[in-house]
Amino acid sequence: MATYRNEELVRKQRKLAATQARRKVYTQVEKPVSKFDHMTPDEREAFFAKERKRAGRVLKRRNGFIKAAMGLGIAVAILASVMALVPIFYTFINSFMSSAEIQDNYGVIFQSLSGHAGDKGATYLDKTPVLRMVPERVTLEQYKTLLFMSPAYLLKFWNSVIMVVPIVLGQLVVSSLASYSFARYRKRRREILFFSYVILMLMPFQVTLVPNYMIADKLHLIDSFWAIILPGIFSTFSCFLLTKYMRQIPSSYIEAAKLDGATEWQIFTKIALPTCKSAIFALAILLFIDYWNMVEQPLVLLTDEQKQPLSVFLSQINEAEIGIAFAASALYMIPALLIFLWGEEYLVEGISHSGIK
Amino acid sequence: MSEKQQQRGEVLLKRSELNKQKKRLHRRRKILDWGVFTGYLLPSLLGVFLFFFMPLLMLLKTSFQKSSTNTDFVGFTNYTRVLTNGAFKDASINTLTFALIAVPLAIVLALLIALLLNSGMPGKSIFRSILLNPMMVPVASIVLIWQVFFSYNGVINGWLGNLFGLDKIDWLKSSYAQIVILIMFIWKNLGYNMVLFLAALNNIPNEVIESAKMDGAGPVKRFFSIKMHYLSSTIFFVGIMSLINSFKIFREVYLLTGDYPFDTLYMLQHYMNNAFRHLDYSRLSSGAIIMCIVMIIIVGFLFFAEAKFGGDIEE
Repeated sequence: MATYRNEELVRKQRKLAATQARRKVYTQVEKPVSKFDHMTPDEREAFFAKERKRAGRVLKRRNGFIKAAMGLGIAVAILASVMALVPIFYTFINSFMSSAEIQDNYGVIFQSLSGHAGDKGATYLDKTPVLRMVPERVTLEQYKTLLFMSPAYLLKFWNSVIMVVPIVLGQLVVSSLASYSFARYRKRRREILFFSYVILMLMPFQVTLVPNYMIADKLHLIDSFWAIILPGIFSTFSCFLLTKYMRQIPSSYIEAAKLDGATEWQIFTKIALPTCKSAIFALAILLFIDYWNMVEQPLVLLTDEQKQPLSVFLSQINEAEIGIAFAASALYMIPALLIFLWGEEYLVEGISHSGIK
Repeated sequence: MSEKQQQRGEVLLKRSELNKQKKRLHRRRKILDWGVFTGYLLPSLLGVFLFFFMPLLMLLKTSFQKSSTNTDFVGFTNYTRVLTNGAFKDASINTLTFALIAVPLAIVLALLIALLLNSGMPGKSIFRSILLNPMMVPVASIVLIWQVFFSYNGVINGWLGNLFGLDKIDWLKSSYAQIVILIMFIWKNLGYNMVLFLAALNNIPNEVIESAKMDGAGPVKRFFSIKMHYLSSTIFFVGIMSLINSFKIFREVYLLTGDYPFDTLYMLQHYMNNAFRHLDYSRLSSGAIIMCIVMIIIVGFLFFAEAKFGGDIEE
């Protein structure tokens, strides 16, 4: 009953307010007095002109400030980019110099490196190397020596390829299966297992290298490529990233597929893999560069000099071979850079999504 | 007993039977699910067990043995031997200092560059690709040019001498060495971290920023009160990735300076490497186990910190 009376009351009040409002339309409103009323038209004109000028000045200053900030920002970005590119650029430039020129320019550096100087560098030659933007004479001499005169180089390049490709492909297959499982089946024990995968991923390689060596020794794999390939395939890095990625697949997709009678395998191949395409490409690139880079594993696990990959060969280049070192470095860089150029979009997208929760 | 009651009893019986059947089906499905998903996991699990977990257990065992040939149980002597070793102490201090300086620096610099690129600057994607480039360059092929720059008779010393008349600095064999590897680390990792931050910045809903602007929040306030809030999980992720990568700096150091570098560059990995060379397995394995435990503690702490501070962003 009480509510009914309340409603009646409210309705009455509203009606009254509406009537009063309607009446007020016609009442004279007192005009607020501003300081412009006391001005003559001329004064007003002058005032406005002055104000306009001031506003213009403020706006100009602000625009100038924004422009300056932008310029500064661009300058910083350009500086950062130059710093990023200089080492790569010079490696390529130097690779087109003749061996003699390299010896002339950088010989000093490698003399001091080999350590025949004592503690204070007393016997260092007092000469600074020259960093040239353009070689005195552009030649392909280094490349020629490298590719046609030294078969060892090509062999080592091939060694690198033969190790990296199976690792990348194998790890992608194994870890995409595993991460599908981690993403879809989330029970307590699985989460603990996943956490242990993450910890394995974070282990510095010197920790995992010792176990690797031990198991390779037990399985008689030392000095064969399998000693490097097998642990590489089961490395958990891509598991972590792919699981993170697959957990972002909306569960409604999977529910819908299930209602339509899809099997797990179908969900995996038709939904999970296509949605993760860019992540898989990105991972392939990241893994490639990571394993293309490896130095320690081959050093420890491969005792045969013939089987060492190019990275190890490059790291052991010394004074005598400096003439071809730059071309070797450049050639070694090229596959990685080409892959980067080809898959940059995937890489950026894949990395981007890995960080977002 | 009336007919009604009897009927009711039958219905109840049927229902309980149905329930039982349902439960059985449910259990079967549960087991089936478990089986299917374990099947997917199996290849990886087998490999990881064979190549990582089992060897780690073996490692644990050898760490308590006198040596690889003499399997007497010696308790914690290996551990005390490693922990009291001067080289191990120096190496861990160096590694930790490097990580403590490099990781925050990499995060802050990458964040600053990402903010810069995200502020509506022209040519954003070009700068992004250029800055991402160093990530792709193999260490072994860039080491040569670093030597050209940083060795005693190197280019940097030449420039400093010509421009400011400074004395030559032996970059890699003095207290500047840590700065040099810091530069290399930043050079390599800036792009990756920056892409992560750019993605996170793009992910911040624009309405929130707009409304904060309306309410008169300046850029600094907007950054610390809004963007930081959205970025916290990315910062965590970038921190973990940078931490992993900070351990990889060993590669550069090793390739530049060899087995026994200047004191401040002597990393834990050098220690392990040299132990490896001397085939001192018990020392090696206890060292590895100690590193393992420290890593678990650090990672656990990071995850804990993320759960505590980053938990409230999830929608």
